[in-house]
Amino acid sequence: MNTLQTTPLRRSRAFLTVFLKEVRENLRDRRTLTSAFLTGPLLTPLLFVMLISFTVNRELDKAEQPLKVPVIGAQYAPNLVGALEAGGVVPQPAIADPERAVREQRADLVLRIAPGYAEAWRKGEPVQVELIYDSSQRDSGTPVDRVTKLVEGYARQQGAMRLVARGLSPGVAVPVVVAKRDQATAQSRAVLMFNMLPYLFVLTIFIGGMYLAIDLTAGERERQSLEPLFANPVPRWKIFLGKLAAICAFSTASLLICLLAFGVTGRFVPTEKLGMEVNLGPAFALHVLLLQLPLIVLLAGLQSMVAAFAKSYREAQTYLSLLMLLPILPSIALMVMPLRPKDWMYAVPLLGQHLGILDLVRGEGIGAVPLALCLGGSALAALVVALVTMQLYRSERLAISG
Amino acid sequence: MIEVKDLHKAFGDVKAVDGVGFAARDGEITGLLGPNGAGKTTTLRMLYTLMIPDRGRVLVDGIDAVADPLAVRRRLGVLPDARGLYKRLTARENIDYFARLQGLPEDELRARREALVQALAMEDIADRRTEGFSQGQRVKTAIARALIHDPRNVILDEPTNGLDVMATRALRQFMLKLKAEGRCVLFSSHIMQEVAALCDRIVVIAHGRVVADATPDALREQTGQANLEDAFVKLIGSEEGLAA
Repeated sequence: MNTLQTTPLRRSRAFLTVFLKEVRENLRDRRTLTSAFLTGPLLTPLLFVMLISFTVNRELDKAEQPLKVPVIGAQYAPNLVGALEAGGVVPQPAIADPERAVREQRADLVLRIAPGYAEAWRKGEPVQVELIYDSSQRDSGTPVDRVTKLVEGYARQQGAMRLVARGLSPGVAVPVVVAKRDQATAQSRAVLMFNMLPYLFVLTIFIGGMYLAIDLTAGERERQSLEPLFANPVPRWKIFLGKLAAICAFSTASLLICLLAFGVTGRFVPTEKLGMEVNLGPAFALHVLLLQLPLIVLLAGLQSMVAAFAKSYREAQTYLSLLMLLPILPSIALMVMPLRPKDWMYAVPLLGQHLGILDLVRGEGIGAVPLALCLGGSALAALVVALVTMQLYRSERLAISG
Repeated sequence: MIEVKDLHKAFGDVKAVDGVGFAARDGEITGLLGPNGAGKTTTLRMLYTLMIPDRGRVLVDGIDAVADPLAVRRRLGVLPDARGLYKRLTARENIDYFARLQGLPEDELRARREALVQALAMEDIADRRTEGFSQGQRVKTAIARALIHDPRNVILDEPTNGLDVMATRALRQFMLKLKAEGRCVLFSSHIMQEVAALCDRIVVIAHGRVVADATPDALREQTGQANLEDAFVKLIGSEEGLAA
């Protein structure tokens, strides 16, 4: 009869008991703490911001700074060289073997003017100047564009002057003109750079819960504590839910720290220099958190499931490192084949979050339908994964270690 | 009271338990004796509902273990072969965790825990994290954890395994105390002297079957051996896996 009285009490406490114990125990583990609250959530924002600042500043520097270009045969075309100088190019003395110099990265690019330049110019024939560069070098892109534009500008100008000298309108030679009207707003340009952001968030969630997921299933089995645990009068699914909640608590905390870090470091990204506008403030953070909530449960469930298959801590670690590659798929897929986002895509876990976060970065906000689809789709997937893992927990083999 | 009737359990082609049946009564210590690999641990695992028997029944205080495993677990205190403490928790915290899973109210929990800490003489280690505990300290903590809900029936799988002489003696005293309190104590062992010194009843298991079920004296008579160890060897038919 004592049993009967305390039964309702037992029901309500088992979940909380497991949850609190797992949280407390793992708060005492330095490795779990470091990866969930320090390296995981802080490293990514730091790296991201550093990378972007570095790229932005370098691009800006290049556009403004004098560009040193070795010029071969500068004496044949003083006017052309003069035009280049006016555009910020600083001609350097000629070098012997320009092709080799470029291949060996001693020079970004070399301009070669043929000895026949002056002769052809006088006859009014087209003349060629050569730009020697190596496009497989990251550094060459911007300088090549700059020098090409300067040469082409000079050519257009001279061509127009020749036409005028012959009494023709320069417009005759330009029947069609392309007028570029870029519809990208400042925010939408930022999206290109922030394409990795959704993956970074997912990665943070993943790392935040990873050690817990391993510890709570494979680890507990390896330490042989699962058998005595299951001897308690608590259904295994309640134990599983308590553990799942503990994993979710850690990964959510990890994501929160990450968002906070982005909010702070985001201010140091010199996006305004590129005419971009990115707001990583509280509104952004709250929306990201909302989008990721079902994903947090889904990932925790997946991690527990994979860890439950593993026979040892080490094995679980190996499997989970492989699983970590899964969330990168939508990012890669969207980079390789840029799809037009359709509503149904939001219902696909990971992909939905990816698109949603990009919408937020783009400053458009996320619509009610995509938001509902994103939350609903991921929540459904989380439920399925949780049910499957619960089933796994019922297996006899799970508790037996060795 | 634990009743086991015609239990069977196979893993693939291996018949680990092949028709085991016996009864362990309240106020008695029943010893499950057998060489390593005889099926003792598998039998006990079916008793505390970790495994489901292929055939046969387990009744704990008359409750069927397959039909109502939670009720059975509430009536059992179990020290499994795998002691498995949480090493980042102190001994007290380890005990509290299981007490709460058993659904003990907090005031009862404190009283029971302190009584057990005292009975097992573990005051000096109770607030230390269990990482680095000696085998004896680990067994003490695991036993306190298993008995925190004051179960009528106590199952101990090789409780003295790895213990030194003093710890073994203390544990035997503790088991006699449990018996004196009127509990049903069932423990497995492969150590002859231990079984002889403690048990009211000995169930000898070999190759997944019960080969004898009697009092120590009856066992000696049955085999015609004055020495219990010789009786045991005769019963299981070999000296395989026999360790002292």
